[in-house]
Amino acid sequence: MPGEIQRGSRLAQNILLFARTLRAAGLPIGPGKVIDAIEAVKAAGIGSREDFYWTLHAVFVQRREQREIFDQAFHIFWKNPQFLQRMMSLLLPQLRYDKAEDEDRDEIATRLAEALQGDRAGAMDEIPVEQEEVEIDAALTFSDRELLQEMDFEKMTSAELAETKKAIAGLRLPIMEVPTRRFAADARGRRVDMRATLRASLRNAGAIPLKLKSPRYRHPPLVILCDISGSMSRYSRMALHFVHAITNDRDRVHTFLFGTRLTNITRDLRHRDVDVALDRVASHVKDWSGGTRIGHSLHDFNTDWSRRVLGQGAVVLLITDGLDREGVEGLEEEMIRLQKSCRRLIWLNPLLRYEAYRPQSQGAKAMIRHVDDFRPIHNLDSMQDLADALGRATMRSDRPNAKETRAA
Amino acid sequence: MAALPGSIDQAQDLLKAGHYVADRSLATAVFLALKLGRPLFLEGEAGVGKTEIAKVLAETLDRNLVRLQCYEGLDIASAVYEWNYARQMIEIRLAEAAHEGDKQKIAEDIFSERFLVKRPLLQALEPDPKGAPVLLIDELDRTDEPFEAFLLELLSDFQVTIPEIGAVKAAAKPIVVITSNRTREIHDALKRRCFYYWVDYPDSERELEILRTKVPAAGLDLSKEVVAFVQKLRKRDLFKLPGVAETIDWTDALVQLDQVALSSAAIDSSLGALLKYQDDIARIRGSEAAAILEQVRADLAAEKAAKLLQH
Repeated sequence: MPGEIQRGSRLAQNILLFARTLRAAGLPIGPGKVIDAIEAVKAAGIGSREDFYWTLHAVFVQRREQREIFDQAFHIFWKNPQFLQRMMSLLLPQLRYDKAEDEDRDEIATRLAEALQGDRAGAMDEIPVEQEEVEIDAALTFSDRELLQEMDFEKMTSAELAETKKAIAGLRLPIMEVPTRRFAADARGRRVDMRATLRASLRNAGAIPLKLKSPRYRHPPLVILCDISGSMSRYSRMALHFVHAITNDRDRVHTFLFGTRLTNITRDLRHRDVDVALDRVASHVKDWSGGTRIGHSLHDFNTDWSRRVLGQGAVVLLITDGLDREGVEGLEEEMIRLQKSCRRLIWLNPLLRYEAYRPQSQGAKAMIRHVDDFRPIHNLDSMQDLADALGRATMRSDRPNAKETRAA
Repeated sequence: MAALPGSIDQAQDLLKAGHYVADRSLATAVFLALKLGRPLFLEGEAGVGKTEIAKVLAETLDRNLVRLQCYEGLDIASAVYEWNYARQMIEIRLAEAAHEGDKQKIAEDIFSERFLVKRPLLQALEPDPKGAPVLLIDELDRTDEPFEAFLLELLSDFQVTIPEIGAVKAAAKPIVVITSNRTREIHDALKRRCFYYWVDYPDSERELEILRTKVPAAGLDLSKEVVAFVQKLRKRDLFKLPGVAETIDWTDALVQLDQVALSSAAIDSSLGALLKYQDDIARIRGSEAAAILEQVRADLAAEKAAKLLQH
């Protein structure tokens, strides 16, 4: 087989289709990559399935987080030759996707399912179901478990995801920085770098050229407390994508979710693929879409975690609507304690989308008195505003230590 | 120079000789660290006696104690070495004035040990007639990750590299004790090179022993009451639980106030020695303290009665 691949041959077309699938699933694959892939397969030959896998992997996967998608796509796409043949004969895959639930089977990422499905919903009925069932049903099962207590995160559609990702790409960078006590060489610095000066003086005798340095800047640690109760469920998923992007972009980010209790999900979010990361979070969190006990959760945070994660002047983002199912007893004290322990406490409230929003609930009233900043977070625009606000040098806060911050 | 302990028992005796009441698990960790020449990593809440261990080791083993207090932004210049720039400048001017034009020679000359200002970590590597010193790296969690990464070389090879001179290797491996209050997590790579020990609050028996050793002026009854009170307090929902250091301070304060037994009034007036957060003090002061005291007295009375019955 090696060397036998012709332009327009079935394998070449298959690779083209596979590339399209990957592209639809969000991998940045241009036509050049397809040619590369065909060349690569020609060069490597198809000795075994494994070789073939790694050959395509080498061409199509450019970042670590793309591996999961590639892996799933590869196994669905190249598993059943019959499936492939049929796809070839129809040129584009037109398959019937039975959405029956099957709890035992693994789900594949929604975005991949969508990519395989394409926009051809109308043509689905033409293919008899029986032949494809074995391979495809297993892969493309959807689940209605979303409504259950353990929320399934897989529901973000490609369009949503793409948009969020785009917005998030803009959000990452401008989060404020603070000066550290370390220095870096800087021609316009305000301090003399003695060591560099001395070295320079040895090079040119006579004069001693002054070398300067200035403080290095660094992001302060970021701690995110996100409400995942029922009233927040529409926003918390978006917020989690946001949090995941930040976690992978910078160091020293700690994330906690709370509904009726507090869960530390920092380690789960470290996984680079957002789908895998959120899967792990889902398996960890037991109180999804339930009630809220803000005061209780903050108390847990203050006693168990604040000293461990709020060191070194952390900025805290508190994402909640402030609707507390429990009474507000103790909430104010915990808010005071939290604000005192961090550099800045920023409350992100999706309810702020209503122009006329005033903190009405007792919980919200108790909280608003003890935050440094108060912002909406209900759509991408507001996220953008948030990023701008965080990046701005002038802080709304009148706390003295906020002055030393600067825009990144 | 005292010999290193040859067994866990000896390690325990050694700590005891330095008036440090250690339980078996801590003595084991100390013994292993000394025996195998690995750093001892002590983590725990503030005031449970982590720093004290290093001091006691230095004292009982008759070694010098080299202490590096960590803080954010701690850098090589203040932790390891720095060149004495002023002296170097003068040296260059002198050389130029004497028309010694050989730059290479000047460079070699001014970057020699004469112009090196040694900071704690470099001092710890120097040969010492009393034997390798005890190096205490205190509150490592206060510094930042870059410094932690730097420590990796020091802790695995016991050497530091000075670009102008080369690698400086330890004459003898220092005894390294690292402490952390866990205000952030220390990286696994560093912990992996050490023996890790979590220093917990002591149980009442051990705390009483510590108190008797540290504050002998306090009567046995007062000490017992204090320990029982503090132990009960640690079960409460407080923001900052009192450590052993606070227990000792508080007992000292009570002794200064001429108390021979706990009383509500004495507790209320000296609670600041024990609890360090206003919320906690406000919660405990008054009726809560009185209730705990009541319970403590009842418990101690019951204990006494049980003892009498036995006899």
